[in-house]
This record gives sequence, structure tokens and C-alpha cells, in this order.
Amino acid sequence: MKKIVRPLFLGIMLLFMYLPILILAVYSFTDSTQIGAIHGFSFHNYVTLFTTPELLHMILGTLLLAFGSAVIATLLGTLGAIGSFYSKERTGKVIGILNEVPVVNADVVTGFSICILLVVVFQISKDTFIPLVVGHVTLSAPFVYLAVMPKIKQMDPSLYEAALDLGAKPSTAMQKVVIPQIVPGIVSGFGLAITLSLDDYFIATYTKPATFDTISTYVVNATRGSQTTIKTALWALSTVIFLVVVLVVILMNLQNRRQGKEVSVEKTA
Amino acid sequence: MKFTRKSLCIPYALWLCLFVVAPLFVLFYYAFTDGTGAFTLSNLTGFFTDPNALGTLVYSFAIAIVTTAVCLLLAYPTAYILATGKLKERQGVILIFVMPMWINFSLRITALKELLDVIEGNLAMYPFLNAVIGMTYDFLPFMILPIYTTIMRLDPAYIEAANDLGANNRDAFFKVTLPLSMPGIMSGVSMVFLPAMTNYVVLDMLYNSTYIMGSLIGSYFSAYNWNGGSMIALILLGIICLFTLLGGSDEEETKARGGALL
Repeated sequence: MKKIVRPLFLGIMLLFMYLPILILAVYSFTDSTQIGAIHGFSFHNYVTLFTTPELLHMILGTLLLAFGSAVIATLLGTLGAIGSFYSKERTGKVIGILNEVPVVNADVVTGFSICILLVVVFQISKDTFIPLVVGHVTLSAPFVYLAVMPKIKQMDPSLYEAALDLGAKPSTAMQKVVIPQIVPGIVSGFGLAITLSLDDYFIATYTKPATFDTISTYVVNATRGSQTTIKTALWALSTVIFLVVVLVVILMNLQNRRQGKEVSVEKTA
Repeated sequence: MKFTRKSLCIPYALWLCLFVVAPLFVLFYYAFTDGTGAFTLSNLTGFFTDPNALGTLVYSFAIAIVTTAVCLLLAYPTAYILATGKLKERQGVILIFVMPMWINFSLRITALKELLDVIEGNLAMYPFLNAVIGMTYDFLPFMILPIYTTIMRLDPAYIEAANDLGANNRDAFFKVTLPLSMPGIMSGVSMVFLPAMTNYVVLDMLYNSTYIMGSLIGSYFSAYNWNGGSMIALILLGIICLFTLLGGSDEEETKARGGALL
């Protein structure tokens, strides 16, 4: 029983999770404008996707925003985590609690409140991209903080002291001893920041310039419209993103496996 | 100025004050004033005396409760199967179940919509059902991951002990595994419930014109009514606080939201 039921259940779950994406992927290679109709093979969706300036700008803009806001968020979150770990207990606690706010808050509320503060109260134009970047950094920096913190806690505190005893300046000890040890946390925090920014819809809608679109806001608006060329080009985009994610996951898994092996070798040695 | 490790947190502390604390104060200010800046309770009383607004609140709760329940019913067995038995050793498999969360949600919902269009003919016929399907589809990985991590961390010795003490597999599951996986369930629930009350884009994209709490903020925003929108935001914040107090958010949750990039 167990042998049949378990794989069957997992299979159905996978079907539910992936069938829509896979069907769309198949149809993205046809000249059909609707699912269900059978049509000839065609690359025209991919041609449209990579030759329409509007679509290219939107994709490039999304990537730039994700990268830029992730860099700022990683800097702020990492320094914040190091600083608050070595601060007085109360200071660290307050920062930790404030850090939780954007994490548990609904994105609609985060986006709306930042929009009110910057655009309505401080009158900063959305066209400056400042509200948008601030919004995305505010969303992702807390996750960087949370990714880095455990690595700092695991670190042997005497290493930093040793560096100071050996004559290193505190700033040098920080750069040469502390930072290298928490790099894995920083990297995964950066990855989190990128994915959060790429997936965000709400913060972007409330803070972006009217002429700028991220993938999310663009797709949501496109489903309201009736332009079929754009609609089917987005199928191609969905397929491309799906393949990129699959690739990244495979690479990450290989990397983890290699690191896992190194660790086990170290342990046996 | 002399360099100290403490001083490194100054930029982030300032950032949090400016963009996390200050917006909350601004929300409070706008929620309790009218368009001219005079103090008023009318936004608050207006919400709780408007049958439409209250209906929206109830409808949001209904969608959120059903979505959370469906997610839990699907996610728990999935996580359990992946974290026990033969699959326990093959930890890469969980990635397949978590991967959808890294694919842009709007594209995934588009894919779901195209499929549902073909199956149902007219999406507008089944608004509630589609809302639940759409949200389950969107949020499922966020429920699977925390439950999976919790069950993975369970010491198998507990189950063996239960069996040795005479419990059959059924009893061992209901009296040992399930209670011990509650932390994972709780963080999964809090990760699904709130978005299900507020993520109105999923409904929009599936041609469901019914409002949920998030849509109210959206419509006040489009109407430049900052005061009304702020009040809805505050009410949502209240619900979030209540939830955090009841269930407690922990590190699992925050990790799960960004994905298992451990």
C-alpha cells in the first residue's frame, strides 16, 4: 500500500504544481493564442520577447532593480547584523524586533505605508525611483540580516580577539577575520534579496514611476488587456524564467553536494 | 571617531527608523485624521459600520481560512513523505517542491489562469473556488517547506520509543510526530493566512471581482484616499499582531518565505 500511495500522492502534487507551467511552455512554442487549440510549431513568441523594446526594457529594468536593491540590502543587513550582535543586549533586541516588522507584515501594507511617507508626506516624486528602491531594500534587508545573524552567532569570538592581540586594527580584523567567516550567510542573504525583489508586486505598484514596469506589474496589467502578441510572448518569458530557475537549482544542488563531500572528508581526515 | 564593531549597525538602525518606524507613525496619523488634517474617528467607525467593508473582512477571513486549510491538507502529507522513509536521504527532492516559489508568481498565476480557462470555460462562474485554487497554487511551497524542516529535525528515536512502548504506527503518528511538528505547521499557517487575506492580485488575475482586505487598500490608493487606506492598513496590522502573539513567528518562517537558500 505505502509503496503505491506515497509516490502517487507526490506525483499528483507535482502535477498540480507544474502542469500549468509546462502546458504554457509547450504552447509558447506554437503560434496558438489559446491553450487547447492545436497549431503549428513556431518560435515567434521568443522572437517577439527578445525583439520588442518594451518587453526588453521591462525585463532589464526588473533585473537592474533586483540587483541594485539587493546590493544595498546586503550591505545594510550585513553591517546591521554584525553591529547589533556586538551592541548592548537591549539595542540588539530592539533592532531584532524592528527587523521582524517588514518580514511579518503584509506587502500591501509595507508598500502603501512607504508610499505615503515618501510620496505623500515628503513629496518625493516616484519618477526618481527613490521610493521604489527604498521599498525593495526595506523588504529585503531584514532577510539578509536574518541570513547573516546565525553565522555570526556560530563564529568563534576568540578569533577576532586573537587578531587584535596579533596587532591588527579593529577594522582590519573585521575585514580579514570576521567577514570571511560569514560569507555563506551574506551570499544566501543576497540571493534572498534578489528573489524577493523579482517576485514583488505590491511594493512596486505603490512606489514605482508610472512609466516603469517590473515583470510582475507588467504581467498583471497585461492579463487585463487583450493584446494577444504580448500575452503569448509572456508565455515565452514564463518558460525562460522556469528554465533559468531549474538551472540555478541544479547548480545549487551540485554545489551543496560538493561542499557536503568536502565536509565529510574533513570529518574523516 | 574610533572604529567599534557596534557602530556598524548605525546605518541599518537609521534605515529601520526611517523606513519601518516612521511609516507606521504616518499610517497612524493618516488613519485618525480626515482630508484636512483634523483628528477624527470616522475612518475607524466608518469601517465597522459599513456593511460592505465588514463583508469584505468576513470574505477575506473565509478565503484565508479555506486556503490555509487546503494548503495544510496538501502540504503536510507531502512534507511528511519527503521527510520520512526512503526520501529522507535524498534531500535534493524537496527543492523540486520548493522551486515554484522562485518563479515569478504573476507568471505562474497566468499559467494557472490559462489552464482553468480551458477547464471551466468561464472563470467568473466560480469566483470563490478559483480564489482558493489560485492562492493554494501560489502559497503551497511556503507551507511545505517549514513543515518539512520541522519533521526532518525530529529525532527518529522518539517514534522508535513510542513503538517500543506499544504504540502502533497510527498512534505514534498522532501522539508523537504530529504534535512535535506543530511549530512547522504554525509557521506554515502564518505564512499562508495573511497573504491569503491581502494578495488581491491573485483574485484580479482570475477575474474575481470580489474584494478582499488588500483590494480595499488598492482601491483607496487609486482614489488618493490616504486616510481610508491607512485605516485598512492599521486594521491589517492589528490582525498581524494578533497572529504573531498567538502563533509566534520564528526563524523557520522567515527562512521559508525567502526559500530554502540556507
